[in-house]
Amino acid sequence: MAQHFLREIEALKQKLLGLSAMVEERIAKAIDSVVKHDAVLALEVVEGDNEVDQMEVDVEEDCLKLLALYQPVAVDLRFVVAVLKINNDLERMADKAVNIARRAEYLAQHPRQTLPSNLSAMAREVELMVRRSLDALVQDDTIVARQVCADDRAVDRLNREIHREIQEQIRANPEDVERLVHTLSVARHLERIGDLATNVAEDVIYTVEGEIVRHRTKAYA
Amino acid sequence: MALPDQPLEAPDELIEEEVKILDPIIRVENLYLYYGSVMALQDVSMLVPRNQVTAFIGPSGCGKSTLLRCFNRMNDLVENVRVDGVIELDGENVNVPTLDVIRLRRRIGMVFQKYNPFPKSIYENVIYGLRIAGVTNKAQLDETVERSLRGAALWEEAKDRLRESALQLSGGQMQRLCIARAIAVNPDVILMDEPCSALDPIATGRVEDLIHELKQNYTVLIVTHNMQQASRVSDYTAFMYLGELIEFGETANIFRSPAKKQTQDYITGRFG
Repeated sequence: MAQHFLREIEALKQKLLGLSAMVEERIAKAIDSVVKHDAVLALEVVEGDNEVDQMEVDVEEDCLKLLALYQPVAVDLRFVVAVLKINNDLERMADKAVNIARRAEYLAQHPRQTLPSNLSAMAREVELMVRRSLDALVQDDTIVARQVCADDRAVDRLNREIHREIQEQIRANPEDVERLVHTLSVARHLERIGDLATNVAEDVIYTVEGEIVRHRTKAYA
Repeated sequence: MALPDQPLEAPDELIEEEVKILDPIIRVENLYLYYGSVMALQDVSMLVPRNQVTAFIGPSGCGKSTLLRCFNRMNDLVENVRVDGVIELDGENVNVPTLDVIRLRRRIGMVFQKYNPFPKSIYENVIYGLRIAGVTNKAQLDETVERSLRGAALWEEAKDRLRESALQLSGGQMQRLCIARAIAVNPDVILMDEPCSALDPIATGRVEDLIHELKQNYTVLIVTHNMQQASRVSDYTAFMYLGELIEFGETANIFRSPAKKQTQDYITGRFG
């Protein structure tokens, strides 16, 4: 039973990694569609969301099957519970990517304007957080996971800066408010993706160490 | 999400929190047991919480049944056994040659893997302990039979057939009869060595329910190979390996986040 169960756990991990690769790609495309003013790419992200949703359901069913058939304990139990949560976080990241792509569709229909100076930096940082949180998951690496949690502060700071910059632009160009609000929305969704990557990292720490590190104001230790 | 305001660092090591037992009924200290020259228990120290269920788990030959049998001095019956160390029941060392073993076994009852009712009536099985203690008062015996059978969740099924042979009961009923026989003498502690391994899942479920009930009045120590049973019925779990007590803690913690790798490997089936 042990070997059989371990194979099932490995298969679940592979399936989750498949989903995460897909979500990473969606996020990258969504960001690209904003930066490159590309409505076609944006539409691709919006229309591809069903695929992610279907994979999320698959992973959840596999988790329920493992819980029902094997009643895992200790690290195995924590792993399956973490997968359930990470699965949900990944699906929501993909939803945020769709939201960003919708903003990109709008922006692409209007004359191209300069984006906030920090938006690209923020997008890079968020993509890195997502990639690292998934690396941490693959390698049971709590050091990388803790780094992701720390990186979220940088993303939040960039988000605040972009917020200020757009406020100023709205004041200066009130006629351009609609486009600017859509741009602001992109930053807001990026910031949420960063939060979700942090959730994933926290669940990795939980799986490996058995410690719930959420909602801690001090160090994640 | 809340932002950490300190630099993030991984903890150097996970600090193992020792489990706090505020009201122990049994205290074991530096217990060693030898079968001839073979060391079967090595430096076992633990506190057994009162009115709780404590499960002992571990692979075959790890010493869990041997440890259980130390508590009521059943190992005295095995030749060439030497037991060093302290086992206190409510502060009294029971591991001394001068101890009245009969009195000890009245305080610490035992239920075995294979139900073993005597070839007597249900009634006589329950009051066997009282009979050999010289109790003859019929009212007292009747009262004990009802209390014990109720306590063992067998009263409703057995009340109309008390004079029938105990051997006519089903396996699950016989095991509950053995539990009734154990509690008839009002022990403080009940030792159970694989009490459900010969029972089907329904009978097992009834005995497990019964174990939950028993802890209101008794301290229960149970040896089981069935880890799901340990996690279902016990409040505390002790994991033993090669004669040592590897980890002892609250069952919910042991099965969620055991502190020791050996415990984790065993309960997740990665052993060996």
